[in-house]
Amino acid sequence: MSDHYSERDLQREITELETKSATAARLFDIRRIIGGLFVLYGVIVTIAGFAASDADIDKAEGVNINLWTGLGMLVLGLLFLLWLKLRPTAPPPPDVLPDEREDSGTG
Amino acid sequence: MQTPTYLAAELRLPTNWLDYTILGIYFVVVLGIGFAARRSVKTSLDFFLSGRSLPAWVTGLAFIAANLGATEILGMAANSAQYGVYTTHWYWIGAIPAMVFLGLVMMPFYYGSKVRSVPEFLLLRFDKAAHLLSSILFAAAAILIAGVNLYALAIVVEALLGWPQWVAIVVAGFFVLAYITLGGLSSAIYNEVLQFFVILAALIPITVLGLKSVGGWDGLSDSLTASRGDNFMTAWGGTGIGSDNPLGANWLTIVLGLGFVLSFGYWTTNFAEVQRALSAKNLSAAQRTPLIAAFPKIFIVFLVMIPGLVAAVMVPQIGTGDSDLQYNDAIPYLMQQLLPNGVLGIAVTGLLAAFMAGMAANVSSFNTVFTADIWQKYVVKHREDEYYVRFGRLITAIGVLASIGTAFLASSFSNIMSYLQTLFSFFNVPMFVVFIIGMFWKRASMKSGFWGLIAGTTAAMVNYFVIYKQGIIDIPSDQGANFVSAIAGFVAGAVVMVAVSLFTAPKPAEELEGLVYGTRSPGMAEPPAEGDDAWYRKPALLGWGAVILAAACYIPFSF
Repeated sequence: MSDHYSERDLQREITELETKSATAARLFDIRRIIGGLFVLYGVIVTIAGFAASDADIDKAEGVNINLWTGLGMLVLGLLFLLWLKLRPTAPPPPDVLPDEREDSGTG
Repeated sequence: MQTPTYLAAELRLPTNWLDYTILGIYFVVVLGIGFAARRSVKTSLDFFLSGRSLPAWVTGLAFIAANLGATEILGMAANSAQYGVYTTHWYWIGAIPAMVFLGLVMMPFYYGSKVRSVPEFLLLRFDKAAHLLSSILFAAAAILIAGVNLYALAIVVEALLGWPQWVAIVVAGFFVLAYITLGGLSSAIYNEVLQFFVILAALIPITVLGLKSVGGWDGLSDSLTASRGDNFMTAWGGTGIGSDNPLGANWLTIVLGLGFVLSFGYWTTNFAEVQRALSAKNLSAAQRTPLIAAFPKIFIVFLVMIPGLVAAVMVPQIGTGDSDLQYNDAIPYLMQQLLPNGVLGIAVTGLLAAFMAGMAANVSSFNTVFTADIWQKYVVKHREDEYYVRFGRLITAIGVLASIGTAFLASSFSNIMSYLQTLFSFFNVPMFVVFIIGMFWKRASMKSGFWGLIAGTTAAMVNYFVIYKQGIIDIPSDQGANFVSAIAGFVAGAVVMVAVSLFTAPKPAEELEGLVYGTRSPGMAEPPAEGDDAWYRKPALLGWGAVILAAACYIPFSF
């Protein structure tokens, strides 16, 4: 048991890494990406729905599936953007961004 | 057993520029997420666990999306075309109770002990032998399963573009490699959340149009009952012990083998899933991760089962020698028959996204276990943190190359899901038995973990490859044999653990704090974050709500 590894060592190691972690401060908000992509897809597919040929509609059992799917995706995208606007990302506390040069780990 | 053939040319999808535009946009966004997430990676904790800082809804959707890979979608549709409504068991009894158990009972020990991986928990609870064995078993399983996802992608891309399978496997493998090496787990999780919504946008139109084409649910039900018998459209019909059904399983093997052993093994100890919860920002968010995932899981079964059933009506000979179509072709076939350009592009994108998420989940958990559990603990110890981030990126590349190799292995099984379940019964079930006994029985000794793992894995493999494959016991299907192998692995592991514990020394009580039921660790003492005391964020309410809802879903399919 020379290099015994206990829960206390692990707690210390992870707590130390957590203070240096940059994810909370620097990772962007995924709601913006989901909202943007679904608005774009929604617009594209809705336009395809307006331009649907009779053959397209016949293939989809008489449903203008592009129109309905496109509108659904558009609404979902807008909801994500609305959520982001109503509950914006919390700004990181100022002390979470330490200096770039820190000592190197556990050693 | 059938061998898969190259997809018939008749399944080629009529894609045009519009579909490719939609697909191209997705690939740009996926890479963009990788590049944008790169600046958040500063420590190994950022790379492997997103700095333990993500909100519960993100980790919850990633938890479900990591499971909703292309193998799940194509495989569960295949299961439905072959076995009918029995597929619901994989969801309502096979997933929900295990997910709720993970969130309510196990997560405080996982998250509170601050372990970075499932094998690391075994290191704290048992000893190095159990830790190293489970790390190696997991790393091997992750690479195999990543390969299965690659193979599923190859089927889709071959149908879509007509590329040879090996070209699709190599190109797609390198694509996943790019975004994980750039952004680490954050990149993988964000892509999984995005994929969750895209796959819903793909599956809902297929399901709605598929139902319409066969005359709605009643039409579907009537024609399958007429062609496949009364039990095909029920969840429990024909599952009495001794009675004959296509699944080759009775209610006891379903409840014990699938519902208890296999599912608890998969959902509670498979690190590809648990890793998502460990990246949550606090204990409450970690507990809610599998609980938030449970609600979509209850209803996703309809989006994969109905297309499978519809395919069984439209192509009555599917999966037999009289048809070119395999069971796994059910969803690509409906896409080709029903979707016009535009939605077709969304559906193709959704399947490719699902493949990438399924593979990325395994690669991102593989690189964590290999780096933090194998390399950092046994090979190159005590280096600076930056070294392990660099090594994590390198091993990601090696893992992707290895899974390209295993993709060719997967191509020799006809039903992808059987292959996957077989693997799970060999790797996850022994893990689960060691966990459950270690977590609830203080007396389980340090050495018992290792021997439990060995005995469980051996028993499951012997049951599958010797007793079932050599025909010593007659089990009618691969799936039925999986359930029995899982039970055999569980019982063998439990018996050996108890026996070894009785003859070897227990772990000192002070080293078990926060690891065994009834003890607490410092990590569990943190006060709830602001807003987490709202009633809709209470883990117990979410968990029991999911169980009750899943049980209620059985009612219409049981009488």
